[in-house]
Amino acid sequence: MEGKKTNKLEEKILYLSPSPHVKSGESVPRIMWTVVITLMPATIMGVYFFGIRALWVILVSIATAVITEASIQLMRRKKITVYNGSAVITGLLLALCLPPSIPYYAVIIGTFFGIAVGKHAFGGLGYNIFNPALIGRAFLQASFPVKMTTWTPTLLQQKCVDAVTTATPLGLFKFEKVTTPYVDLLWGNVGGCIGETCAIAIIAGGIILLVLRYADWRIPLSYLGTVAILGGIFWLINPEQYPDPLFHLLAGGLMLGAFFMATDMVTSPSTPLGSWIFGIGAGTLLIIIRLFGGLPEGVMYSIILMNSVTPLINMFTRPKILGEKK
Amino acid sequence: MSSFKTSLAHEFTKGLWKENPVLRMLLGLCPTLAVTNSAVNGLSMGLAVIFTLTCSSTLISLIRNIVPKQVRIPTFIIVIATFVTVADRTLAAFFPTISKALGPYVPLIVVNCIILGRQEAFASKNPVHRAIIDALGMSIGFTLTLTILGMFRELLGAGSIFNLPIMPESFDTWLVMILPPGAFLALGLMIGIANWINSKLGIKS
Repeated sequence: MEGKKTNKLEEKILYLSPSPHVKSGESVPRIMWTVVITLMPATIMGVYFFGIRALWVILVSIATAVITEASIQLMRRKKITVYNGSAVITGLLLALCLPPSIPYYAVIIGTFFGIAVGKHAFGGLGYNIFNPALIGRAFLQASFPVKMTTWTPTLLQQKCVDAVTTATPLGLFKFEKVTTPYVDLLWGNVGGCIGETCAIAIIAGGIILLVLRYADWRIPLSYLGTVAILGGIFWLINPEQYPDPLFHLLAGGLMLGAFFMATDMVTSPSTPLGSWIFGIGAGTLLIIIRLFGGLPEGVMYSIILMNSVTPLINMFTRPKILGEKK
Repeated sequence: MSSFKTSLAHEFTKGLWKENPVLRMLLGLCPTLAVTNSAVNGLSMGLAVIFTLTCSSTLISLIRNIVPKQVRIPTFIIVIATFVTVADRTLAAFFPTISKALGPYVPLIVVNCIILGRQEAFASKNPVHRAIIDALGMSIGFTLTLTILGMFRELLGAGSIFNLPIMPESFDTWLVMILPPGAFLALGLMIGIANWINSKLGIKS
């Protein structure tokens, strides 16, 4: 019954809504493809640092995402909407937060899971509770924990040191108390996931998104701000034990997460106050995981956990309707 | 016989699919989620439930007319607990490894909703032969569901079924499938598939 109802709604051509009627040129495909373009700097830097294999991981992931989405829509006899770019984004984002040495079959499994279970099991675009790319990554992390934490050095690093595996800056700090120079973190010449190492490229793309207002600036600001403030407090308490706030901001997947994953329109709150709560919550969770958890990194879990409370945040921060009494 | 609305065959088959305790009524999910990390564990749990449910239903049905209504639930529990203890001790004595793998979930059959539910809804109101058929259908439906779930999870999580290697050597096991989150994912998918089949067959939920 439920399915039939939505079908009818979708088929309806004439909408009657109360005024004011504001028309905008925005559309789902336009927003989605813009996000893809703003991800290009990070993608290019990832391929530059990790080589042609990184490009293959990205292409396999995007292809799997598009094929999965199209076949599920075909199976459910829904309109096929792969051209709108949302599956491409999921595939691209997932690939960007995978280690470069990840086996291709794992990429396919993760992307399929993200799209099929993370997105379409909930009803497709707009109905998913969690960011599908992060669900795919979480599934891979739980399924193949060793392969998901085996890091290869960048091509530049390989020229200097003959090593097969390396550690991420966060892992180095957490387990060996070794700090990484900021220049390497900004530029991206460190071990890590394909698209998360080059902070400059991610920020450049992210700022375009914010300027175009395709992402709510409150989320990255409150997320990064909370991490900086909380991280700073712990750093002031004990600089030996805890890394400084700038390191927190630049290392790991925080930039990619804050600009491109936490800001997903479907899975983040729709009210301004809600966005603040979302960012502060995610930042607090991230610091707790990074400093006191077993894992060196926690961007994925912090965003997924906040995704799960987004409906609740939306409910509590609903603006008052004009004339409504408290 | 004619005084009953439904046939004996129906009483048996309803537990297998139409009123499957796990897939349709969502009862007994605790052991379903906890012990299905391998096909053997799922099957053993199911066999323990077949024994307990059939014996309890038989006895409850036999004494249904002499138990006062006010104390029926404590009576059910004592009868069930007796048979669960028998099953638990038998497993521990003859199959210590399986008993260890199932952990506390065999003793916990005492509070399993499927068993208490059948006593309250069926055995205490029906003659003994119908109660036995109903108990067998329900518990076999439970066993089949757990075994299939266990097979699926073991196949992906360990590359084998009933400890027989199925997947090629190069297969990288999906660790999550034999961990608790895998239980929720697999059961969710299974219930989803069951609902989808029912919607195709036109069976209302």
